[in-house]
Amino acid sequence: MNMSLVAGVVIFWLAAWALNEFLVRRFSANRAVRLFVPLLFGVTLLVLWEGITRGLAVPQVLLPPPSAIWARLTDSTSILWADFQQTFLKSVLAGYAIGCISGFVVSILVDRSPFLRRGLLPIGNFVSALPIIGIAPIMVMWFGFDWPSKAAVVVAMTFFPMLVNTVAGLSATSAIEGDLMRTYAAGYWQTLFKLRLPAAAPFIFNALKINSTLALIGAIVAEFFGTPIVGMGFRISTEVGKLAIDLVWAEIAVAAVAGSAFYGLVALIERATTFWHPSIRGGGA
Amino acid sequence: MTSAVAATAGIGRRENLLTRLWQGNTGPVLIVVAAILIFWYAMAVHMNAPWQQRLNDRAGEEVSFTQFVDQTWSQKKPLLPAPHQIVGEIWNATVLTDINSRRSLAYHSWITLSATLLGFAFGTALGVGLAVIIIHNRASDQSLMPWIIASQTVPILAIAPMVVVGLGAVGITGLFPKALISMYLSFFPVVVGMVKGLRSPEAIQIDLMRTYSASPWQVFKMLRWPASLPFLFASMRVGVAISLIGAVVGELSNAAGGGLGVRLLTGSYNGQTIQIWAALLLAAALAAILVSLVGVAERFVTRRMGGAA
Amino acid sequence: MTSVVSAKNLSLTFETNDGPVEALKDVNLEIGKGEFVSFIGPSGCGKTTFLRVMADLESPTAGDISINGMTPDEARTNRAYGYVFQAAALFPWRTVAANVALPLEIMGFSKSEQQQRIARTLELVNLAGFEKKYPWQLSGGMQQRASIARALAFDADLLLMDEPFGALDEIVRDHLNEQLLKLWAETNKTICFVTHSIPEAVYLSTKIVVMSPRPGRVTDVIDSPLPKDRPLDIRETPEFLEVAHRVREGLRAGHSYEEEG
Repeated sequence: MNMSLVAGVVIFWLAAWALNEFLVRRFSANRAVRLFVPLLFGVTLLVLWEGITRGLAVPQVLLPPPSAIWARLTDSTSILWADFQQTFLKSVLAGYAIGCISGFVVSILVDRSPFLRRGLLPIGNFVSALPIIGIAPIMVMWFGFDWPSKAAVVVAMTFFPMLVNTVAGLSATSAIEGDLMRTYAAGYWQTLFKLRLPAAAPFIFNALKINSTLALIGAIVAEFFGTPIVGMGFRISTEVGKLAIDLVWAEIAVAAVAGSAFYGLVALIERATTFWHPSIRGGGA
Repeated sequence: MTSAVAATAGIGRRENLLTRLWQGNTGPVLIVVAAILIFWYAMAVHMNAPWQQRLNDRAGEEVSFTQFVDQTWSQKKPLLPAPHQIVGEIWNATVLTDINSRRSLAYHSWITLSATLLGFAFGTALGVGLAVIIIHNRASDQSLMPWIIASQTVPILAIAPMVVVGLGAVGITGLFPKALISMYLSFFPVVVGMVKGLRSPEAIQIDLMRTYSASPWQVFKMLRWPASLPFLFASMRVGVAISLIGAVVGELSNAAGGGLGVRLLTGSYNGQTIQIWAALLLAAALAAILVSLVGVAERFVTRRMGGAA
Repeated sequence: MTSVVSAKNLSLTFETNDGPVEALKDVNLEIGKGEFVSFIGPSGCGKTTFLRVMADLESPTAGDISINGMTPDEARTNRAYGYVFQAAALFPWRTVAANVALPLEIMGFSKSEQQQRIARTLELVNLAGFEKKYPWQLSGGMQQRASIARALAFDADLLLMDEPFGALDEIVRDHLNEQLLKLWAETNKTICFVTHSIPEAVYLSTKIVVMSPRPGRVTDVIDSPLPKDRPLDIRETPEFLEVAHRVREGLRAGHSYEEEG
């Protein structure tokens, strides 16, 4: 046990916190400061983590220090890359694309048919609360051990948020705009493409963002149910069994970076497409 | 009301109930459910046929079409079990099995349910507590909220094995690690919803309380808390469903602990399709019941508060 | 003078949870080409409902109405009118120019035609130079002007306006009223204008239709003696006040000033 190390990092943490408080109070309008504060926050977190795990001799089986994780990460790039390809590039992306597109298509069908809206939508709302992840073993039975079964789970998980949000978005146009299109004798498809879909964009992007996180988690957890000897979920569950927690954390680090990048990309596209929405432009005028 | 209208109201009563069922959602939902069931039975025939055909060929049997269809609906390890097979298995494994036996689905459901409820209770309490602190203390608003949001970037479901095994290595096993995962998952929607809800009263309503020199506790009890209840119930509905998922995933790393997740896993390893479907259906039913219970509680509370139920 | 709008015994009854509501009862009205007709009355008198019936946004339960000799449905499919709502209803993801282009796109005008028309109508409403701005960058008055430009873009002869200036403050309203009259003089359209404001109705119109509620009906039709050329100052002349007085009398006759229930 190295108490001076612990004391050192705690002092560092308090100092960094104080610095951040000061910066936020005085300079919150400054762009450089706005980037620096969360960065310092993150660095402090890492420093604290390293210091406390080493200083208090926390068992590596519970929580390894960041330096150990980094060492493992740089050591095992080939494993991590293979896992990433299997889980993210194959299961997540394919499942996300199919799930979101089919959710969108079905929501247009529901929009066109009042019967489907009344019959299918309540069922959709109901199913979205169920533990869909549980279909993973069934998908394995139907599509085999490899990534298509995991993609199928992701499809099922991303379908419902897309359906529910798109339908909500399509009904978000107010009566006045609907009347306006009626005075132009605009047809269903003209009204859909010129008014209702752009107006639904904020809702659709909300679903796309939620789904980006769901897809990654779904693919990883689906692998807990059985997968060929590669994949992020596979690695996590087997390395946990071997108590090689540093490799597990390395996988999680990769997953976190991949997940954030994916989410960030969707958010960027959202910003470009729905630039007009008050939530994106900061609620001005 | 004129007498003519009153007369027709009496005569048309039977039609009114049917037309109301049709004009509401119930009619179409029932039709869609029926369509799904018919499609399911048809798919069961289609998907189980190849294997059944091989079985029949091997036994050298000639069967009529109806017999064949019946066979596809009665396989021991079908590719797609028929609904009645699943329901039958659930019935066998719950009602007809001793509840203390490890074969009883009721036993496993209880394990999963207890972890879910415990985690959900803790998560809701934690969420409400954090929300109350956040809205009353500006410093904690700025410092806590970012941490709370950051907490959800840790994919707890993905690291569930690590949590369970890690805690197991220091001697904490059984209900607690799973409840911890459920709590971690369910507290977030509750915090977000409650912060929004406790802040939802309009500025003029808060100003009104100020003109009465109301203390913060009075403002909380008489204005903020009642205003936040719709948000609380909406968050709880999300929270209870996600707690169940957390409990099920947590079980995967500790097969000895039992639970519906373990049944899913063992069924998968042994190729026992009907077992898998039965466990899944029970988990889904559990989720549905829990969510509707929250809905019932919501309606009860809303009505007592004079809201339009 | 040819009749652009012809209503005979027009009635519209809504079925509500509280029983049937007679929004319009036996409305008989002729509107000639080039007239500026204001509809004035309190809430529930049917003025907006009548406008919406003309626009085929509501269907009458009894009586006849023809627009340019056609049924409202045919008139709508033939794009015989432009409608201006109480709110500007501009699409926030389109620039001002793109918003004005909206009906033109739907109706299939060529790109060059669209450019011409957009330039012309924005000039008419004094919004030249704001083509690339987004709705949220404009004030309320400017947004409503853009909405009027949009309604003018496809050269419908009939303009239906439902309290377009109701949400704006008095000073902006005066300004827009002046501009609207100028626009009317330049384009010679037939305008049906719904308003709450007696001075606005008297200032703008050649004909004022006074309506009252329960049931919604026409209590008076006033042909305005005021000259076509009207500066804002005309609102203080005795002739103006006389017409306003007549309008008020019509409203009083329809029990518009009495308490409800």
